[in-house]
Amino acid sequence: MSIIRGFSIMLLFSLGFLINGSLQATKNTFDYELKAVKIAQDTYLFEGKTEDFSVQNGGNIVNTAFIVTTEGVIVIDSGISRRYSEQQRVAIAKITDKTILGVYLTHHHPDHFLGNQTYSDTKIYALAETIKSIKVEGEIFRSNMYRLVGDWMRGTLLTMPTEKLKAGKKTIGKHQLEFLSLHGHTASDLAIFDHTTGVLFTGDLVFNRRAATTPHANVVKWLKTLTELKDLRFNVLVPGHGPIARDTTPIKQTYDYLNWLVNTLKEGASNGMDMNEVMHSEIPERFESLALVREELIRSVSHLYPVFENEFLNPAKQ
Amino acid sequence: MKSLLLIVISALSLAFLTTATGKEVVDPLDSPQWGVMHKLFLNSERVVFDDKVKVFAPKFAEDSMNVPVSFDASELKDIQEIVVIADLNPIPLVLRYYPEEITPYLAFRIKLQQGSPIRAAVKTGDNVWHVGSTWVDAAGGGCTLPSIGTSTGDWSSTLGRVTANIWKREDAPNRFRIKIMHPMDTGLAPGIPKFHIEQMTLSDKGGKQLARLEVFEPISENPMLSLAVDKHEYLKIHGRDNNGNVVDAEVVQ
Repeated sequence: MSIIRGFSIMLLFSLGFLINGSLQATKNTFDYELKAVKIAQDTYLFEGKTEDFSVQNGGNIVNTAFIVTTEGVIVIDSGISRRYSEQQRVAIAKITDKTILGVYLTHHHPDHFLGNQTYSDTKIYALAETIKSIKVEGEIFRSNMYRLVGDWMRGTLLTMPTEKLKAGKKTIGKHQLEFLSLHGHTASDLAIFDHTTGVLFTGDLVFNRRAATTPHANVVKWLKTLTELKDLRFNVLVPGHGPIARDTTPIKQTYDYLNWLVNTLKEGASNGMDMNEVMHSEIPERFESLALVREELIRSVSHLYPVFENEFLNPAKQ
Repeated sequence: MKSLLLIVISALSLAFLTTATGKEVVDPLDSPQWGVMHKLFLNSERVVFDDKVKVFAPKFAEDSMNVPVSFDASELKDIQEIVVIADLNPIPLVLRYYPEEITPYLAFRIKLQQGSPIRAAVKTGDNVWHVGSTWVDAAGGGCTLPSIGTSTGDWSSTLGRVTANIWKREDAPNRFRIKIMHPMDTGLAPGIPKFHIEQMTLSDKGGKQLARLEVFEPISENPMLSLAVDKHEYLKIHGRDNNGNVVDAEVVQ
């Protein structure tokens, strides 16, 4: 009996592989299923999943958005790939036939700018420091994304921003926009505050119901930036990842998590703990609902712990 | 019936071997290189895959140049030698540790060129290797890149500098952490010869040797080690690299 059962289980497995394989070969049309959701007057959101990069989600893990002004369309972040931004542009065209005035990049992480090439006929704006970082790390990001999400990336080329964006207020097509040059999540983070509609686009300075990522973070500066954002009188907050909000809850949540993270790293280092021990730190109950919290803790220990542990080592007698 | 099923399982697994007792020992990670590792580094001697050897590493390498690995073999007695291997690394042998007088725990960081099993093989007095394993996925580039020190040219001003600390612990062995400035170049980056720490010994105040460590190329630049040093509060380190540079340091709690 046990042999027969064993063989039938094996058979089931191999059939499963065959079916999965053939489905993937014929059915994957690389459709991100982008849906423009109206979140305020003239303002639309493409909400990404609160997941990690995978072959299943094709890297659609990021929020991008657009504002339809009287002069034309302003796009905020171009997404992960050529396929993403092509589909993003088609979805925008379904809402409005106005021309695209430009794309504004919030920061230099791959899910926010690798779709640039679809907009090479328009202007692509980024803060000066963001442009520098894309120049240095863009190619590395691009090849790593092929590894993480596979064929979804096909034909994606690195396309540099064309315009250096200056911080400050600018009225475009009757929308009074304020470009805020901030930092913390990376060395250069752009937030866009539309005073006309009260929508605040924070980029990855704010995560909602998903643990914050820290590969280029300066957490101390980030915490300071979050206290500044909290004081802005917005109606709608669009975080870089996770659902939109109408109050400061995601800002407080991101602050609370990062604050806990710093304290955990400091405490670990002061107790002589090794990286693997800190990676297994107990996660407080209030963060358990944050997507990917353990994975991000593990990553953050890799990024940030060396600085903390150095603080608790003394020069030896030599 | 059961034995037939066992044969089916064995046939499915590419990596299996037979020990002196005739009992089949199957690599739980089914690594294509395990047979070679067993031959090269464990002298084809008797092996058991043993949960008493705990190997810790994250499931994915966020930074392929610095993958944290630690092992704890304190559930085993009469330990002769501990070998750490990364099967699929271009240089698989990471280190050999001889915790002669102290608890067999060690934490360190390694360079990983690609996803690989990481193993700690612990040889006990009865000539059996007890192997603990874990798998780390990695994007690559860890071993064939120059060290930051070598590529920026500032390594020579800090070479051999030691920072360290000892943490007294009530219910556990004291923790000793030591960081030694060294490029640890693998020799696989074009034009940069291999240059790494080879040997280290740990002694107490009176000069009695407590442990010995042989270090190989995969250990990360500026090695950061954590050891369990029992009740010791005063330690001496003596080390040497493959170019003959010597490191001597004393650390007091």
